[in-house]
Amino acid sequence: METKSRAIITVVGKDTVGIIAKVCTYLAKNHVNVLDISQTIVSGFFNMMMIVDLNASDKPFDELQKELTQIGEEIGVDIKCQKEEIFEMMHRI
Amino acid sequence: MINIFEVNETNKMVEKENFDVRTITIGISLLDCIDSDLDRLNEKIYNKITTVAKDLVKVGKEIERDYLIPIVNKRISVTPIALVGGAACKSPEDFVTIAKTLDSAAKTVGINFIGGYSALVSKGMTAADELLIRSIPQALASTDFVCSSINVGSTKTGINMDAVRLMGQIVKETAEATKEKDSLGCAKLVVFCNAPDDNPFMAGAFHGVTEADAIINVGVSGPGVVKTALEQVRGESFEVLCETIKKTAFKITRVGQLVAKTASEKLGIPFGIIDLSLAPTPAIGDSVAGIFEEMGLERAGAPGTTAALALLNDQVKKGGIMASSYVGGLSGAFIPVSEDQGMIDAVVDGALTLEKLEAMTCVCSVGLDMIAIPGRTKAETISGIIADEMAIGMINQKTTAVRLIPVIGKDVGETVEFGGLLGYAPIMPVNEFSCDDFVNRQGRIPAPIHSFKN
Repeated sequence: METKSRAIITVVGKDTVGIIAKVCTYLAKNHVNVLDISQTIVSGFFNMMMIVDLNASDKPFDELQKELTQIGEEIGVDIKCQKEEIFEMMHRI
Repeated sequence: MINIFEVNETNKMVEKENFDVRTITIGISLLDCIDSDLDRLNEKIYNKITTVAKDLVKVGKEIERDYLIPIVNKRISVTPIALVGGAACKSPEDFVTIAKTLDSAAKTVGINFIGGYSALVSKGMTAADELLIRSIPQALASTDFVCSSINVGSTKTGINMDAVRLMGQIVKETAEATKEKDSLGCAKLVVFCNAPDDNPFMAGAFHGVTEADAIINVGVSGPGVVKTALEQVRGESFEVLCETIKKTAFKITRVGQLVAKTASEKLGIPFGIIDLSLAPTPAIGDSVAGIFEEMGLERAGAPGTTAALALLNDQVKKGGIMASSYVGGLSGAFIPVSEDQGMIDAVVDGALTLEKLEAMTCVCSVGLDMIAIPGRTKAETISGIIADEMAIGMINQKTTAVRLIPVIGKDVGETVEFGGLLGYAPIMPVNEFSCDDFVNRQGRIPAPIHSFKN
């Protein structure tokens, strides 16, 4: 069992209708709880970050990563899913 | 909670600035493999390495996947083989069988370098040490992944000039033995003064006798990240410059700490150290010389380069020390010529010479690294260069090293291509005045005095 199971999902790409909907639908289906969302548009590019809780999900992390990447490819954006610790380590003392 | 800007900053380091964890290196003690029967010794060595490190590559890939941080190399260092093989090896050829065993164990576990084909002879050589040293040309010519290092001096013992003289010949013989591959064997051979026991970086890694049975050491990288950070503070004061390097080094090292801790948990092997080194690669933008240029030098090698390097090295340590629970290894900026596009350019443009590189090694790890010289350079001259570099390490109580590649059949004006992380290098001119009568003296240079520092 993973001890700490929060992940950061980032979506970067050309803004289109329904990006958040598509990602959130997928997460809901897999019992991944969204804790925080922030979003900006930088020079026409859609830029979103989600902090998600994976505790209730029984989907293995690598499958989650792969399927999110696939969804990204379908809608033409780049979706990454990373464990949260790397950001905590780098930006928090 | 983490915010979007922090997330973007981290991901940008990887995507745009060549940030990576350079290596996870497992140090493995082979002392318990010692046997007077050579076949049994080889069998035990193979079994121990392939057992302890069997999951190294798999775990490395898992960590890469979880954090989306590239871990470029997975490597192994072992106890200096001169100690391990002493009881069984009666000839250089016997030692070569161990090199081949290390090579095949490396291939089995899927790593790309195994270090520790080494001898520690800073004061004197045993018969086994000398046999191992004499076997190096053949060992490096008949293996793919084995790296060799010889410690020929230290601040506490002085410099073993008999070993220095011998190593000049061995470097030359290794170049000859691997001449069809542009003397590539010499890229896997380092001569050290004050060699650290826990260095994760090749070609100088070995697992010191003061270490535990197995240990995880991690080397981070990130010259590109430092350079990009410095682009934001052009023209600012030294205070701002130094603070920026420090903060960047902290962030980079934290990722190394995370990777080391995670690897340690997953492999069930204790965490040793993080090596705080800025290790360049030939990739554009991943250059230590590029940092100098960003600091305000036209080219690496220009007046001011030694000061810039001293500053860089010190700030990287200051930032990195707090980021990691244990720091060790070489810890500093690396200045290999062939592995750093900015260094290569500086040599080609005539800005950077061997003598300036030598001066730079006084203030940084590691030494004269990955420097291609004419193949006709005499063994005595190579010994002289080694002796100079060892003296810098001995007097300044720091690690120094020499990894010179006399490229057989090539001369100044030509270049040599090593491929991959080892890069390519222009052949650099060497001072050809003789030092024969100096290096041909027998014995050793005594340990230096530790007071009256001037």
